Amino acid sequence: MTIESFLQNLTNGISLGALYALISIGYTMVYGILRLINFAHGDLVMLGAYFAFYGVALFLLPWWLAFPLAILLTTLIGIIIEKAAYKPLREFPRINLFAAAVAVAFLLENLAIVIFGGRPKAFARPAFLDQLLNIGKVSFVSYTPVIILTAIVLCTILILIINRTKAGIAMRALSKDIETTALMGVNTNRIIMFAFMLGSSLAAAGGILWAIKFPQINPLMGVMPGLKAFIAAVLGGIGNVWGAMIGGLLLGVVEIMLVAFFPQLAGYRDAFAYAILILLLLFRPTGIMGEVQAEKV
Amino acid sequence: MKNISRNQILTLVFLPVFIGLLILAQAFLNPYYQRILNLCAIYSIFAVTFNLVFGYTGQFSLGHAGFAAIGAYISALLTLSPEQKAMNFFLKPILPVLENLQLPFFPTLIISGLGAALVGALIAWPALRLRGDYLAIATLGFSEIIRVLLVNMQSVTNGALGLKGIPGHTNLLWSWGWLIVCLFVVKRLVDSSYGRAMKAVRDDEVAAEALGVGLFKHKMMAFLVSSFFVGVAGGLLANLISTIDPKVFQFFLAYQIVGITVMGGMGSLTGSVIAACLYTIFLEALRPIESQFTIGSLTIPGIPGMRMVLFSIILLLVILFYRKGLMGNKEFSWDGLIKIFTKRKKKQVGSTGGTQP
Repeated sequence: MTIESFLQNLTNGISLGALYALISIGYTMVYGILRLINFAHGDLVMLGAYFAFYGVALFLLPWWLAFPLAILLTTLIGIIIEKAAYKPLREFPRINLFAAAVAVAFLLENLAIVIFGGRPKAFARPAFLDQLLNIGKVSFVSYTPVIILTAIVLCTILILIINRTKAGIAMRALSKDIETTALMGVNTNRIIMFAFMLGSSLAAAGGILWAIKFPQINPLMGVMPGLKAFIAAVLGGIGNVWGAMIGGLLLGVVEIMLVAFFPQLAGYRDAFAYAILILLLLFRPTGIMGEVQAEKV
Repeated sequence: MKNISRNQILTLVFLPVFIGLLILAQAFLNPYYQRILNLCAIYSIFAVTFNLVFGYTGQFSLGHAGFAAIGAYISALLTLSPEQKAMNFFLKPILPVLENLQLPFFPTLIISGLGAALVGALIAWPALRLRGDYLAIATLGFSEIIRVLLVNMQSVTNGALGLKGIPGHTNLLWSWGWLIVCLFVVKRLVDSSYGRAMKAVRDDEVAAEALGVGLFKHKMMAFLVSSFFVGVAGGLLANLISTIDPKVFQFFLAYQIVGITVMGGMGSLTGSVIAACLYTIFLEALRPIESQFTIGSLTIPGIPGMRMVLFSIILLLVILFYRKGLMGNKEFSWDGLIKIFTKRKKKQVGSTGGTQP
């Protein structure tokens, strides 16, 4: 393999990994606080992409207005899901919460099929994201650096929110112990809503960027990125935001590189992600960055 | 024979009646209804076995889709005739060993079950060290790996094209017969000392281990029994729908099974059966809303996909407002049924008595 094609694959892998990272943050934050595998998260990715699509194609908005509006709408739906489906079940066994997440995922996907139509739609990239760039002999389309940069900016903002704001500190406290945090005078409902808000908006942003990278959108497009992002979250140590970013990046790069080095294994690409996951779970069940928790008896 | 309860006697009486009804249904019911009833039984087996692993043993396994796929493929490959196989495998020839292999249905189903149980053991052996959500993720991962392998092992499974023309051996006696066997085995198991150990593992692993319950042994036992029956049910499914491809066994199947089991009530086998039947029948009954219909002078165009929307709303409502599921952790029993009726009678007597001067 030449150094050029290696770099080419690397940028490709990093941009895919950046998308996984954005999506997996939502999983990890919700899991960290509620211990819930929010299977509906992948469908928020789909919603974000569709809202952006309709904003541009139907309402003829410029992209710089349509994209933030799409993120806003998706965030709103994320909050509604939390209030309507998850909040009433918080005190119940976790299987109920999990089943609710599955039901919400079903609902979103089927609603999307009914409302948006089952046929795939072509997502039009803004013109400036559709140019071929050459650096030396490495060539890529201009959306690649934009995806990577956007992901870096969004992740930095998120880290700042989590580390520097009161809500962020409360969120970290909640993930350690909900009851004690509530006794300290934190409005837990509001903070949990805030976590869902952050996660959903990142998922929507991830969805729009995903549609820019793979410009064919359909109602089930969120399922695969959702599962992969979830794997990434577990790889990094679920519940840990830094871990989710590292896990996402790692998964994206490894997936692309595997196919680049061993083209004959391309069919096994999806299985490979799960194989890494299972191996990691067996040898380090808490993921790369996860803390080892002692079991209380 | 002193300690046979009224409940057991009624069950013993009911069983031949039920089998008689099945034979009648098999002979006279139209094929469409037969198919729905077959699906009811197959989904019931899925839900009952999931209940054994999760509801009784507390191991959150999402591997059902993978085990069902293995059962379905084994049964498809063993029941397809050599000519049909030749027609199916036009892209890449089938492995020579499998080319002329054809077995009767019963041994095929047993092999399906054993194959699924073997894979179940291979998966469980490392995965059962994990707990809770991690086990769920690992089993989901294994099940997806099985699916990807099915897509890629073209000379055995015909890849993404799937297998067509599988003989429709499954009938009501096969499917409900296996459901009864499955219910009997699982019920006997959870009521035995092994079953009590499983419940102890579910309620508190650490305490159970401290009391000398072998964690691995009991988890493995639940896993093996469950994957065996899931494999059989997969075989029944393949010989019912006659066309299978890896997409049938995506993780959606596992989600559906979780949904059904929660709806029926965790730890209630009869609840699982009732929920599975309701789910299957309901999904079919909702079919008309997808076609065009008229109310008065208003014509409502059919909306494809609407029944799944309605179904997911109902599932969500059940999960939100009927949190213990239909049966909670209670079982259907004749005693309970009789009690309901006698209570109602007493109430009626009481109320009529009260209105008379």
